[in-house]
Amino acid sequence: MRIRIKTLVMVLAMVVCANAGDLMLKRGMTQIGAVEISASGLRHAFLSTISNGTIWIGIVFLVGFMASYMTVLSWADYSYVMPAGAFGYALLTLLAVVFLHENVSPRRWVGVVLICVGVLLVGQTRPRTTEVAVREVAA
Amino acid sequence: MRVALLLAVLILGSTGGEIAITHGMKATGEPARLRPRELLAFLRRALQNGWFWAGVPLMALSFYSLLMLLSWQPISFVIPASALSYVVGTLGAKYILREDVSPARWIGVVLVCAGVALVAAG
Repeated sequence: MRIRIKTLVMVLAMVVCANAGDLMLKRGMTQIGAVEISASGLRHAFLSTISNGTIWIGIVFLVGFMASYMTVLSWADYSYVMPAGAFGYALLTLLAVVFLHENVSPRRWVGVVLICVGVLLVGQTRPRTTEVAVREVAA
Repeated sequence: MRVALLLAVLILGSTGGEIAITHGMKATGEPARLRPRELLAFLRRALQNGWFWAGVPLMALSFYSLLMLLSWQPISFVIPASALSYVVGTLGAKYILREDVSPARWIGVVLVCAGVALVAAG
């Protein structure tokens, strides 16, 4: 598979997993309610988070994010993947407008445009500029 | 002063951790194909890499300084300020990882940094 295409696939996996994970954690923590900062409050919060299914779905997504981030960094530049991942912020704003009908301030729209232009600029550079020996591993 | 120091720990911790992890993943070597079995074998090898485990505590440190900062400062200050990590991370990629950051990539990174700051500020 060409390096640009497989990099794009992994960056998309990163963005989807990170956003889905955050969303699930937020949902789960809302079900649990505000955490009280005291010994018994923290103990209660810990027990309710580890017994909450939504939190676990969130954790699985965040592990998926970390795994796809690690995988893409095994061939692509850090300075290529890191800014490309910011595409998630722009995507989140668009989803909020389309599905949640949220109002977005002009300042935020300018930010979305800057991110998209920046990601496109970074995206057309070479994904890998370092010469690291590829270790082919027989599966 | 306290805020500036924590912001520095936040940015240097996350970029330092990611640079260590990038170095570890390059040393691990990319999976030959993107099939589940090869991916799992890659991740197993990656978890045995020392640079990965050097990066994890740095990222944890960064996460705790984020939580502390959020308890003192509004999120509309903290997240835009942490967008500076795009620029710091690119400097690290250039001078530590020796990646070739072309002018187009630099312009893109600066636009992304400004864009994230604006989006996070609302």
